[in-house]
Amino acid sequence: MSDSNVIVGATMAIGGLAPAIAIGLIVSKALEAIGRNPEAAAKVQTVMILGVAFAEAIAIYSLVVALILKFV
Amino acid sequence: MALNISISAEPIFNLGQFEFTNSMLVSLLVTLGLSILAISFSQYLKSGRKSSFFMFIQTIIESFYEFVQSIAPQQANRFFPLIASIFLFVMLASWAGLLPGVETIGLMKNIDGVKEFVPFFRGGTADLNITLGLAIFAVISIQVYGYKTLGMKYFKKFFDFSNPINFFVGFLELISEFARIMSFAFRLFGNIFAGEVLLAVIAFLIPIFASLPFMGLEIFVGFIQALVFATLTLVFINIAATSHH
Repeated sequence: MSDSNVIVGATMAIGGLAPAIAIGLIVSKALEAIGRNPEAAAKVQTVMILGVAFAEAIAIYSLVVALILKFV
Repeated sequence: MALNISISAEPIFNLGQFEFTNSMLVSLLVTLGLSILAISFSQYLKSGRKSSFFMFIQTIIESFYEFVQSIAPQQANRFFPLIASIFLFVMLASWAGLLPGVETIGLMKNIDGVKEFVPFFRGGTADLNITLGLAIFAVISIQVYGYKTLGMKYFKKFFDFSNPINFFVGFLELISEFARIMSFAFRLFGNIFAGEVLLAVIAFLIPIFASLPFMGLEIFVGFIQALVFATLTLVFINIAATSHH
């Protein structure tokens, strides 16, 4: 195992940490909103999926960097 | 036998200077399939026959139309064709990468003296060039819809000389349009390519049965990413085509 593999793993680990917290916060707030107002579930869901997609994109950036480090 | 993963699409043949890659072949086949489906569907609508297959397609299109209507109630008719085309193309091009034979059937080729495996097919959206093309197309159509609705007033958002703060905000808006291209392209490419790497690694570790649940996951991811791409385009178009102030 070389150093570069450790760096690839660290990129993914650190890069996955923040989006994981972000997605957790987004979904927990959306669930609270749906619980308080179940009729608005469809609208809340759309916005939630958008927010999750934005947060997830950060993890995907670090994934792309990790893949490039690993395979290029 | 080593794990064979290539981050870029491999050329399968050359047209003069132009390299025709395996991802382009799959995207072309998906486009062809969608076009044939659209033409035969419109003929089915005119003929008035009953067919369970076309009824199924009609159900999908109608439920997607309702979804578009829930986000852009007034202008759903204007935006629906573009958004639905993006959605269907991205979804089918991602799913094409999961078909048996894709990324597994190919030839051994000599590239710069090294023997490399070159598959004939590769998932359409598992290539950064194609997702980047889609992203540029989506962002340009956002500007076009904004211009068609608001006229020259639309560009005042980017070039506002009324005071220094507005000028700086407009500059940031201009940068965010370019950031959108990057985030559209990398989100789709990253998700689909990561899925293919995951499937390859699992199939490498446990050759039979173990990849089945991950196949289900990848079908879901392909659908969600197509939905996210289409929804984001729709939301941005809707914002651009609504006058502010």
